[in-house]
Order: sequence, then C-alpha cells, then structure tokens
Amino acid sequence: MTTHTLSVLVENKPGVLARVSALFSRRGFNIDSLAVGETEQPGVSRITIVVNVDEQPLEQVTKQLNKLVNVLKIVELEPSSSVQRELLLVKVRADATTRSQVVEAVELFRARVVDVAPDSVIVEATGTADKLGALLRLLEPYGIKEMVQSGLVAVGRGSKAITTPALRSAA
Amino acid sequence: MKVMTDPVKHPVPHPPAAATPLALAGRAALPAQRQAGVEVTGAQSLIKSLEALDVEVVFGIPGGAILPAYDPMLDSTKVRHILVRHEQGGGHAATGYAQATGKVGVCMATSGPGATNLVTPIADAYMDSVPLVAITGQVSRNLIGTDGFQEADIVGITMPITKHNYLVTEAEEIPRVLAEAFHLAATGRPGPVLVDIPKDVLQARTTFSWPPRKELPGYKPTTHPHGKQVRQAAELLAEASRPVLYVGGGTLKAGATDELYALAEKSGAPVVTTLMARGAFPDSHPQHLGMPGMHGTVSAVYALQRSDLILALGARFDDRVTGKLDSFAPDAKIVHVDIDPAEIGKNRHADVPIVGDAKAAIGQLVEALAESGGREAPRLAQWWAQLDDLRRRYPLGYDRPTDGALAPQYVIQRIGEIAGPDALYATGVGQHQMWAAQFISYEKPYTFLNSGGAGTMGYAVPAAMGAKFGRPDKVVWAIDGDGCFQMTNQELATCAIEGIPVKIAVINNGNLGMVRQWQTLFYDKRYSNTNLGTHGSGRIPDFVKLAEALGCVGLRCESYEDVDRVINEAMAINDRPVVIDFIVGADAQVWPMVAAGTGNDEIMFARDVRPIFDEDDL
Repeated sequence: MTTHTLSVLVENKPGVLARVSALFSRRGFNIDSLAVGETEQPGVSRITIVVNVDEQPLEQVTKQLNKLVNVLKIVELEPSSSVQRELLLVKVRADATTRSQVVEAVELFRARVVDVAPDSVIVEATGTADKLGALLRLLEPYGIKEMVQSGLVAVGRGSKAITTPALRSAA
Repeated sequence: MKVMTDPVKHPVPHPPAAATPLALAGRAALPAQRQAGVEVTGAQSLIKSLEALDVEVVFGIPGGAILPAYDPMLDSTKVRHILVRHEQGGGHAATGYAQATGKVGVCMATSGPGATNLVTPIADAYMDSVPLVAITGQVSRNLIGTDGFQEADIVGITMPITKHNYLVTEAEEIPRVLAEAFHLAATGRPGPVLVDIPKDVLQARTTFSWPPRKELPGYKPTTHPHGKQVRQAAELLAEASRPVLYVGGGTLKAGATDELYALAEKSGAPVVTTLMARGAFPDSHPQHLGMPGMHGTVSAVYALQRSDLILALGARFDDRVTGKLDSFAPDAKIVHVDIDPAEIGKNRHADVPIVGDAKAAIGQLVEALAESGGREAPRLAQWWAQLDDLRRRYPLGYDRPTDGALAPQYVIQRIGEIAGPDALYATGVGQHQMWAAQFISYEKPYTFLNSGGAGTMGYAVPAAMGAKFGRPDKVVWAIDGDGCFQMTNQELATCAIEGIPVKIAVINNGNLGMVRQWQTLFYDKRYSNTNLGTHGSGRIPDFVKLAEALGCVGLRCESYEDVDRVINEAMAINDRPVVIDFIVGADAQVWPMVAAGTGNDEIMFARDVRPIFDEDDL
C-alpha cells in the first residue's frame, strides 16, 4: 500500500464533508488525514485527503468520489511535483535549565516558539510529515505535554492551477 | 421506453388511457408551461413543481410534517395521490411504477418514522438503479437537531443509499431542487433521490417560476462512448471463438433492447440475461442461454466460465453472477459497457472499458461489427456445439414431489403460459423469485420486475400495484411467497379501494423456502425458524379469508387438476384484485445452484449431480 494525496474540489454546501467521509467508510477505505478549507473561488471548497491504498482501490476511491454530485474535480498530487505541508503545535516541557536546548532544536527545524510558560513552551512547526516526525523525536526526551496536528494541505508546483475557469463560472 | 432522457425537457407520453378505473378523465401530457413569479406557499410550489415535471402519480401517506403539502394536493387535477397503507409499500409501488414505465417513480412520507419506513425501498432502488424521487416532510427548521417530535435525520440516514439527497432550507429553492432531483434520478445511472422539506418551509410564502435553472456543476454523466474503444471491442468480438453477451439491467434502463437484438444477430454470440435483465432479450431466441449465476442455467454459467470474450452490457459482475471471483471466467477478456465509470474494474478488470449509454454503445458496436465483417458461422460452430450439447443434457427442469404435493415450479410455469408474454410479472425474493426467473418465458422488455441487488422480501405486492397503475392496459401478476406476502399484503387494501386490479399468486410452501433450502443443504436439515405455519390445520393466516378481508377475491388451489382452472378464473376477474393461495410442497428446491462462496465450476445441476463438462472439447 502506498500513500496518495487527493485534492478534491467541492461545492461549499452543507453536508459535503459528511458525504465524502461517509463514502470512505461505506466503501471500506481509511483516511490518513483530511483538511478542508475555502479556495480563491467563492462557493468552492478544497478537501485534501491522504489515503493509504493500493493503486486499484485508489481508482475506485476517485471514481466513487467523482459520483458525488457536489464533487467538482479530483486531482492526485504527487509529492515530487507538489508542495505538501502539515501544521504542528506541540507543548513541550521546558524549564530554565532545558529551555535553551529546546529553543535550539526548534530553530534547527526552522520552527518557532509561540508561547512561553515557566515550565513549558509551545512550538509551532510546518512541514512534511517526515520533518515534523523528526522534530517530535528530538523534542520527545524533554517531555511532550500536548500536541495537535492539522491535516495535510498540498498544492501543485508551477503556475498551473487546478481550479479552471469553467469551474469558476459553474460554482 | 427510455429513462435516460431528461424528464424536464422530454416528457414521456402517458400510456394510452384504457377503459379501466385507472384512466384519469381529462388527463393530457402537455409540456411543462412557463410560469413566472406566481405567489404561492412552499407546499403549492411543491405540487406545482410536480405538475410541471409531468408527475401523474404519487404513492404516499400524510402525517404531521408533510401535512401542508397534502392540502394543495387535493386541488391538483394532474397529480393523483394513491394513499398506501405503509410507507414501504409506497416506496416499492413507486419503483414498480418506474420499472414498468421507465418514468421516475414518486413516493411521499412524513418526517421521522414515515421517512425511515422509506429506507428499505430507497436502498432497494439504489441497488437496482431505479429512478425514484422520495419526498419527505421534516420538522420545522427551528426544531431540527433538538430531537423534536417525529424528527429523524433522514438526509443523514439515506446518504449512502441515495444518488443524492437534499434538505430544502428555503421555500424558493423548491422548484430548482425538484427539477434537479428528477434530473438526477432519471439520467446517467438512474437512482433514488430524496428531498426532505421542513414543515415551515412548506408553509412559507414564496414565488413559483418554471422552469428553474438547475445548478449541478459537478454532475456530468458520460453518455457518449469512446469510438476507439468501441472499435476495439468490435475487433475482439469478430476474432473471439467463445464470445458471450452478458446482459445486465442497464440494457433495459438504457432502452437498448433493439440494439442488443441486432448485436446478437450480427455476432451470432450466445446471450445470457441476468436477473435484472430478464426480458431484455427474447427467451425464445435460439441464441439465448438463459440466466447466469447462482441459480442460472448450466449452459449460461458454463458459457461465461469458458468464454474467451465476455461483453458485459450494463452488468456489474455481481457476486451472485460471478460466484467466487478468483475463479470466474479465467480465460475471458472483458469488454465492459457501463454508464457508471465506478462499475468498470470494480470487481473484474476490464480489458476494454466503454463508459457510456448502453443504447449508444451497443448501437455503435453493431455498426463497427458490420465494418469488420461480423458473423462467421463456422468460427463459432464448435462453441455452439458445446453449448447446445449442454442445453440438451442439462435443461431447466424439476421433479414433481413424490408425496403428490403440488410442484411450485409447475404453478409458476402455468401462470406464465396462460398470462403470456404481454403480462407483467413482479416477484418477491426467494425460491419463488428464482422459479419465476427460470420458468416464465420473457419475450418483451420491462415485463419482469423484482428486487435483484437488495433482495427485498415483500417487493411483489406493492411493486405490482405500482406497475399496474403505470400500465393499466397490462395484466399484472405478483408471484409471491407466503413469507414475502405477509410483509406487504396490506397494500391489497390500497389496490381494492383505488381500483388497481392486480393478481397475486401466493406460492405457499408454508416456509421461508429459500432459507429452508439452505438449511436442508448446509445445516443438516435443522429447520431453525423457517416454518411459518401457513400449512396444515393451522393455516395461519388463511390467505383466502385474508384476501377477502382486504377487498380482494380469494381463491385456493391444492391440486394439479385445479391449477389451470384457478389461473383462468383469476384472469377473468378485472374489477378487483385476486389472490390465489397455491398450496405447494415444502421440499421443492431451486436448481441448478452454485453454492455461496464457491466457484462457478462447482455448479450443481441437482442435488449431488454435477454436470459433466467435456474438457477435451476445449
């Protein structure tokens, strides 16, 4: 099984997310990560879904998704030809004796400390799942009190956009 | 008869009004008239939309939340409402109507339990791709989400069993949503669409304009097949030495039966018709091997198994056809024609996928085949020799029970022979359904209605009611089992009161027959909970008395001598529904059979009898 990133453009209507996620559970596919947000087009939302499936079931996923009336377009984004990012917020134990080491590690990863308390800091980091995993491994020995992660978002490299003019007028 | 058309733009003409209680005086199929800015309530907007969409009948039951819609319904001269006795009956009546006429069936129910009672027919329509629009009342907007009286999230509940569904939140959306719902239900791969309308939306003031602008930017069914793919398919067909046309229900949905006939004649290939496609190709045609699958003919099952080229036409490689998928048709290349791209490659890899309307695709295949030479009798001679040999050695048949009990197959066969190929036949689910598929000869499309994919017991009576309403000129028989019949027979009261004279044959073997057959074969004859007590001295219920209580004529038949007489008696009654209680033997079994989970090569012709396939011929 391999990981695939799907960008799904949908009409921004009530229940669309429920339709998409219900379809995955109904057809027996697992979602690794999911992120939803508005696009530059009013009325069009973009769902980024990461699924871990073989090639043949992936084709079924996209075909079944395409059948949803509110789904406008589906594009698979390859890691090599797209920018893919996740956001991580992690609360790390850090007192006066360890804080400087934690901050040093954070800077190495080009992450940021966004909140400081006497015995902890909150670190904000963006990147690929690999990078965030490496940062977490580095921070783990200090003690992770709490963490939260967004779903992956991705956009294709180069000047081409997946929202075509036809789509814009449609929505 | 074709359901792929847009009902808004191309209204299908009504069947000619016959001299029956069903003919509605003064009805005329006029194209939907333009209307602009008429002041109405949401409920009036709903009824006006149904009128503009050329809806002639709604099967439903009123209740609290849908009540506002029923007031303008009373004034409609175009839409007739049939008051059913249970919402499930309303749903199946609408699908039976749709299956028989090719038009969109419409059912209506109130919120909560009214809506949830529609879940089974909606799921049924989804599995069998039947165009259905279900309209449900919902609690008022301010009560949604509060667990209000008779509140159920029917949009959430039916999401996985509808092609699409709507919760209408503003009264001005009603015409557009209805137009979209009918368009979605009838076009592409047909299916059920649910429209849920809160009570206060039905009561709100709005304006009605027609036609509305449909807003479906994400809905573009592919109907035009790819020419190159079609030519490739034609080339494969011209070269194949063991081709089979595997015909599914999509061929009927597309109205492609004439094209199919031409393709069969042109190619000379054997034809098999699935449970959903019975009637798509005449049973009397010499190239027709019958039904494939779990209870298919030996020759149809064998033809698919040994084929070198399967042309799947609007069929979906269901497990009841393929048996164990790994061992299905190991040597066959697959040409798969389907309007739903997700069906292609879902169960079986397609070597040549053709996404599109079956009528267009098969029509183009015939043309392409004509260019590439077409029929060469000698090429298929050996294939036909094998198949004909199998047909001769393993024909469909049955033994009469040794205890003198009536053979259910005989009863069903005689109904088919007496009522003939112009009649419509609706069935429930189980042994009687399989026998009706096997022993009635279907010569014409849209004459066999049943619940294929979902296998919904209780389908027959309400579906026959809907079919008879839609085709008042036809004799409509429901072939039902005593188990199925007890699930939905309340609709006979509807038939009696509304003047819908259907004929019901209850194939009464006193048991849930198909389950009992499996208990006989696979559970060591341990008959757990399959005896319904409709036989013997108890006879609970007495179906003759039950029929009479429901306003029908009740007849009973217990012997071979009476079969024809009783069927003819029923055929002569056209002013009321008729129920015949056929008391048949409990031990009759459906054969041939490919046991669940086994491969098609394991087909049993009869109990402990495996056909002998002459492998040396291959």
